[in-house]
Amino acid sequence: MSDTVHAGSNAMGTTPPLLEVTGLRTSFDTPKGRVLAVDGVDLTLERGKTLGLVGESGSGKSVLSRSIMRLLPRTGVASEGSVKIEGEEITTKSPSELRAMWGPQLAMVFQDPMTSLNPVVKIGRQLTEHVRAHLGVDKAEAREMATAVLTEVGIPEPARRLQEYPHQLSGGMRQRVVIAIALACGPRLLFADEPTTALDVTVQAQILDLLQREQSDRDMGMILVTHDLGVVAGRADEIAVMYAGRIVERAPATALFNDMRMPYTEALFTSIPKLDYPSHTRLTAIGGRPPDLINPPKGCPFSPRCPYAKERCHDEAPPMREADEPGHTFACWYPVGSAEWHDARARRRREGTPVPVAVGEEPG
Amino acid sequence: MTATTPRQQADASVDATPVAIDEVETGSGPPGLGVGFWLAVAFLGLIALIAVLAPWLPFLDDPDAFSRDDRLGPSTDYWFGTDELGRDVFSRTMFGARVSLQIAVLAVVAGMLVGGSIGLLAGFLGGRIDRILSGAMDVLLAFPPLVLALFVVAVRGATVANVVLALSVLSVPGIARIVRANTVVFANREFVTAAETLGAKRSRILVKEILPNVVPAMLAFSLLIIGLLIIAEGALSFLGLSVADPYPSWGGILASGRLELDEAPHIALFTILLMFLTVLSLNVVSDTLQQRFSVREAAI
Repeated sequence: MSDTVHAGSNAMGTTPPLLEVTGLRTSFDTPKGRVLAVDGVDLTLERGKTLGLVGESGSGKSVLSRSIMRLLPRTGVASEGSVKIEGEEITTKSPSELRAMWGPQLAMVFQDPMTSLNPVVKIGRQLTEHVRAHLGVDKAEAREMATAVLTEVGIPEPARRLQEYPHQLSGGMRQRVVIAIALACGPRLLFADEPTTALDVTVQAQILDLLQREQSDRDMGMILVTHDLGVVAGRADEIAVMYAGRIVERAPATALFNDMRMPYTEALFTSIPKLDYPSHTRLTAIGGRPPDLINPPKGCPFSPRCPYAKERCHDEAPPMREADEPGHTFACWYPVGSAEWHDARARRRREGTPVPVAVGEEPG
Repeated sequence: MTATTPRQQADASVDATPVAIDEVETGSGPPGLGVGFWLAVAFLGLIALIAVLAPWLPFLDDPDAFSRDDRLGPSTDYWFGTDELGRDVFSRTMFGARVSLQIAVLAVVAGMLVGGSIGLLAGFLGGRIDRILSGAMDVLLAFPPLVLALFVVAVRGATVANVVLALSVLSVPGIARIVRANTVVFANREFVTAAETLGAKRSRILVKEILPNVVPAMLAFSLLIIGLLIIAEGALSFLGLSVADPYPSWGGILASGRLELDEAPHIALFTILLMFLTVLSLNVVSDTLQQRFSVREAAI
């Protein structure tokens, strides 16, 4: 069915992007009030590209990916806006239509492989059942496909692993299995929700490399959700920085790292420890906490923590605006590099308050 | 402890109880289930085997054959003695095990089917359905259990089917609660969401993802319930509201043995002993298994 949509749009000369999100808002009803977890997000993602979605805990990045997948609780949640997969609106789809999409179209890799595999079900069954259901293949064929995909994700002796239970594998192996399960139906769009947070540091790079390789081999779109800018550096084509349910800066990866405009991005970037720092260098943390999403601040959500905030920042929320490079947008009144930003840094230096290390600057 | 070796000092600095550390270090192999557990399992297996095979076992007489002297004490001929009508007490208690166990096991199986389904649905669906089902279970739990069982048997008559029915009603709410609690825990696990993202239907998730995780805890708990039901059935029999002669349950044997307590205490004594050991074994096995499952749960 998507082929006809495809052909039709190609005839008109424009292929719709793999994913197009406009004005997505998700809120939860809680006893304390309504929590606006995703507040007006716009996104597009082309086939074969990786989008890095970066933000700290509670910035709404996980809720955003679940809102796009329509994987939200049934009650107490309101979600509006439009989500189109290859030009097809999915927010109006029924649960059974969505179930048909989950797997062959959309798939997700979860954070913790210790909990995202069923402890009492053998790997083989967890890896073949949805393949059989979605692709209509028989048991032997599904097993063959499972063995193939396990080999692909770098698991030795795949045939034996199919007979094993999750607890017989290490954390990294389990995450490979989780990735294999997500890939088994050949999804066009893969969500990786902090896929390495629960893993040993030594395994993290392997898993990220694996995801990146699969993404380019299969030409799928991938949304890599993380709280670590270092994870998406060099792996994402585009990076979106989220704060308090909004995207505050979005740019092609190189543009973002070379010319970040939003002070929050800068703060995230400078809080990454660098190898060439002398030992005992104090890490630059972002002071304060993310805002209360029940009563969000009136102005820019980052203003209470922003070292450069002025009166206007506290009163008026900045709109998204274009930076110099194409495709680079940000939401800030006095962006990094502006005259006001230089003034604020100079003032803070005079007052002796700490100033965030700017990009390219040595600490201390 | 006055002259401490460096080794002990190191232990003490790590933990205030170096003895415990040594125990862990010298412990042989992985932690086992313990001798008590296996003794209990062996005893239960023996009782269950005799109960199943009773009619065909050569060393058992017809429990209704009164051809001997009455009120004989234990001897090599009659291991548990004879009762007031000259029937072999050993044979009667073994046939009694057959009746008692059959009733308790049937009632627990019924309780697992009904209570398990109620617990699964309540825990998985949540919301209003959960409130209605859990409320109903609370109402059942609020009745004094024996009164409830008495009521059912008194109204419907003392047949095996009705006793099983009465005891099932007792076992349903407890099992439903345990299953509901476990279902709630597993329903919020990530692997359930993961199954959903692969397009699994809700019914499939309940049966294939959650149920296998809930069953071990339910089975362990049900063993405990079997013990309770054996006692409850005994109480019903004692009041004359359960299966009667010629093939009585343990409770029935007790009820008649009670009248002979002054002259032939062995009739009641051996039955009580058997009942006690059976229920104790069930408790030991159930406790051990429940601990096992909770440990395994934490390790995963």
